[in-house]
Amino acid sequence: MNGVKGFLSRPLVKWALAGVLVAFLAILPMLAIDIPGVFPGPTYTPGTLQLIAFSMLIASLALSYHLIFGVAGLLSFGHALYFAIGAYGLGIALRHFGLELLPAILLTFVIGLFIAAAVGALSLRVTGISFAMVTLAFAQAGSVLIRKNPGQLTGGDEGLALDTTHVPDMFVGVLQTKNLYWLCLAILVVVFLVSSWFEQSRAGHVVAATRENELRVRVIGIRPYFVKLLTFVIGGVLATIVGMAYLLLQSSATQKLASADFTLTLLVIVVLGGVGYRWGAVIGGVVYTLLDQRLTAFASSDAVSGLPDFLRIPLSQPLFILGTLFILVVLFLPGGLAGIPGRIARTRSRTNEPRPAPEKNVLEERE
Amino acid sequence: MSTLILTVRGLSAKIAGQQVVEDVSFDVPSTGVTALLGRNGVGKTSTIKGILGLIERRGEVTFYGDSDGDGDPGVRLDRQRTHRIVQRGIGYVPEDREVFSKLTVAENLRLAERDANPRREFVAELFPDLVARSGQLAGTLSGGQQQMLSLARALINTNRLLLVDEPTKGLAPIIVGEVADALEEAAKTVPVLLVEQNLQVVRRLAAGAIVIEGGRVVHTGDATELLDNDDMTRRFLGVHAEAGGQTPADSEATS
Amino acid sequence: MSTVILLLITGLGLGALYFLIASGLSLIYGLMGVLNFAHGSFLTLGAYIGWEVARVLGADNWAVFIASVLVGAVVGAAFAAATEFFLIRKLYERHIEQVLVTVGLALASVALFDGIWGTDPIYVTGPSWLGGTTEILGASIPNNRFILILAAVLVLLGIVAFLKYTRYGLIIRAGVENRSMVTALGIDVRRAFTVVFAIGGAAAGVGGVLASSYYGYVSSGIGGSLLIFAFIVTVIGGLGSLSGAAIAAALVAVLQQFANFYLGGTGDFVVVLLLAVVLLVRPSGLLGSKA
Repeated sequence: MNGVKGFLSRPLVKWALAGVLVAFLAILPMLAIDIPGVFPGPTYTPGTLQLIAFSMLIASLALSYHLIFGVAGLLSFGHALYFAIGAYGLGIALRHFGLELLPAILLTFVIGLFIAAAVGALSLRVTGISFAMVTLAFAQAGSVLIRKNPGQLTGGDEGLALDTTHVPDMFVGVLQTKNLYWLCLAILVVVFLVSSWFEQSRAGHVVAATRENELRVRVIGIRPYFVKLLTFVIGGVLATIVGMAYLLLQSSATQKLASADFTLTLLVIVVLGGVGYRWGAVIGGVVYTLLDQRLTAFASSDAVSGLPDFLRIPLSQPLFILGTLFILVVLFLPGGLAGIPGRIARTRSRTNEPRPAPEKNVLEERE
Repeated sequence: MSTLILTVRGLSAKIAGQQVVEDVSFDVPSTGVTALLGRNGVGKTSTIKGILGLIERRGEVTFYGDSDGDGDPGVRLDRQRTHRIVQRGIGYVPEDREVFSKLTVAENLRLAERDANPRREFVAELFPDLVARSGQLAGTLSGGQQQMLSLARALINTNRLLLVDEPTKGLAPIIVGEVADALEEAAKTVPVLLVEQNLQVVRRLAAGAIVIEGGRVVHTGDATELLDNDDMTRRFLGVHAEAGGQTPADSEATS
Repeated sequence: MSTVILLLITGLGLGALYFLIASGLSLIYGLMGVLNFAHGSFLTLGAYIGWEVARVLGADNWAVFIASVLVGAVVGAAFAAATEFFLIRKLYERHIEQVLVTVGLALASVALFDGIWGTDPIYVTGPSWLGGTTEILGASIPNNRFILILAAVLVLLGIVAFLKYTRYGLIIRAGVENRSMVTALGIDVRRAFTVVFAIGGAAAGVGGVLASSYYGYVSSGIGGSLLIFAFIVTVIGGLGSLSGAAIAAALVAVLQQFANFYLGGTGDFVVVLLLAVVLLVRPSGLLGSKA
């Protein structure tokens, strides 16, 4: 048992396993794996590919939020803003500025970078709950702006449809879903690599140390402000990139993307997966998306509509089930889904030696 | 040896994950003032807070307050929550006074009353100034008045033990005398565990002394003997024994 | 001139609504350090139940209106107290997790409201006077604004009186300032937690019934959309300060109305801007003591 666990936790083995997983995901569009109840059809069908691609995007977005919340310990309530900037930025650049795809992507990237840097620089001047509020306020401003539809740019409540004039054919249409799927897989891999690299970089170590004990970091002569800002900007820019892919995959952006609810969803995903675990964010993103999709199907199924009211009404609301699930995870499963193996291992070894508390310190408030 | 009111065995305490008290053991006799001494930052305040459960702690803290006779098995305080510990008859006068600045003097006292028959007259006699200022916000009191209020909050109940943390810190010499008077009066009826930097006050009030260094007890014994021993005083407290005779203002500079 | 009067009184009416939410948020945060994302759901439930009362007893009747406000208050208080007792208390002193639980509750409860009452807004009517207007200095003011302002003033006075004259009020005021010292005086401060949640929930429940009168409808999102502004009000006013919340609620709402009218519908932006400025200049808010 220990031998296997030790083997699995070696870095090289971990990366090799991750490589195998990515390779498997990459050939998925050629396979016909059918898991009824999880996927709407075999894995080569556009509907299933679309769903998996979507869940990979949400996983990537959760990873970018993991950097800010899990690694830096910054409770941002405005992360959806950078995602929305990606989706709307690209959409506007393609539709209204008539740019080619590549320049449009570059422009959106620069805008995301600039806004993340500006908002981060301002909001990081305060800490704790105040920081959460400032980020929430900026995201709210973004959401209002999108809904106000200035200069007919955003399409207001109608949303903004992707203008495919300058998008290469390989990314347009249902038949090309597998290309979009590969794009989303590539983005997930890139975001994961960037997160790993950042967490293992000097800045990543410093910002994690800041999360645990800001004073100690100050004492050794580092100003935590800049590493926090760096983390905030990297997380924001990654979200912008994911947002652009979202627009290509979903062909439209709606004002919901910038809403506070969407950031809260990300928070739910990261906590569900396990705060502080990179894999947790990925697993949380995938599980959440699949649950959300399947629960919606479940809610309108005959099995539910035949139930008496007091069961039918709650079960017909996917968000009710997810919200309840989330509460239960927070109350009873502090490490989230990614923390489960560790909990099991600890329960087994409890007779041998007591271990330190399993919960990471991320969730402690620092004022 | 006289009977004990409190025994502390292997007490360790943490603040924000940082070990601040490590394996501290000592006894508090059931009469008189026992001084808890040591240089700044050695864990005296944390020891008091650990006893009260105000910070995360481990170890055995046993309180013999339920009967006056011998053979009291005592109650363990180390698993109880703060308000339960205090309700057993332990009065607390915190470092830096911690009066509620937005409450009036009268409200501060009313909040502190937990006995069915609070000793309002006793407190009014001891601190006539507070009676005169009962409608004033505690935040607008002088440091000395706030200290009186903080003491009064503890003395308004009949306690079996007082934990008093640096009551003369930052006070003018004349006020230090008044605080010491009040403590001396209180100590006639209730044992006191006193953290104090002003060695003149310690010499005047304390019978026993416990010295802490680096979160551990390094010396236990008679207070006067300790203060008369120049070598020990310097080693443990970082001041000359002469400090026993120095003015409070000077001792402030060393603290 | 009449426009200014209209904007001012409408702004104060909206501010009254903000205050009914922000007062509870501020007290809860001040005493317990919990940012309560479920507070909007207390309001929404109050609104729905208030509507149900009016539906059963007949809408166009003052006694019924007052009854629905009171029922809204009771329902809000019960929901809030249950939240504290069953969810928040388990996570004592783990502030971020407490926030997360309230987030989960907000998501789940809004979904449940959708399931019970449907996703379409339910239009409400009250006593006919409420739907009318009153002429003040040439401005036609919708009457429900006056009721809102009156209710907020009554709630403010009620909470102030409670805080000033009861022992729980004393404990709450002391606890907002220094919670651990309250326990060090031998007081179980946790019992006060349930009380502040109940008070906050009651105020939000009243707010719910009045909000449905202000907007003319009830929907499951009504609490959530007000909650964001209530948060802003709470932070601007200073977390834990009741009077700060009252001042900030009026300030924010009036500013919002004027900016919406004179600056081309930019009210929400101006509010966000105000929040940013206040936090950067004075991080503890207008009347807050701790940062």
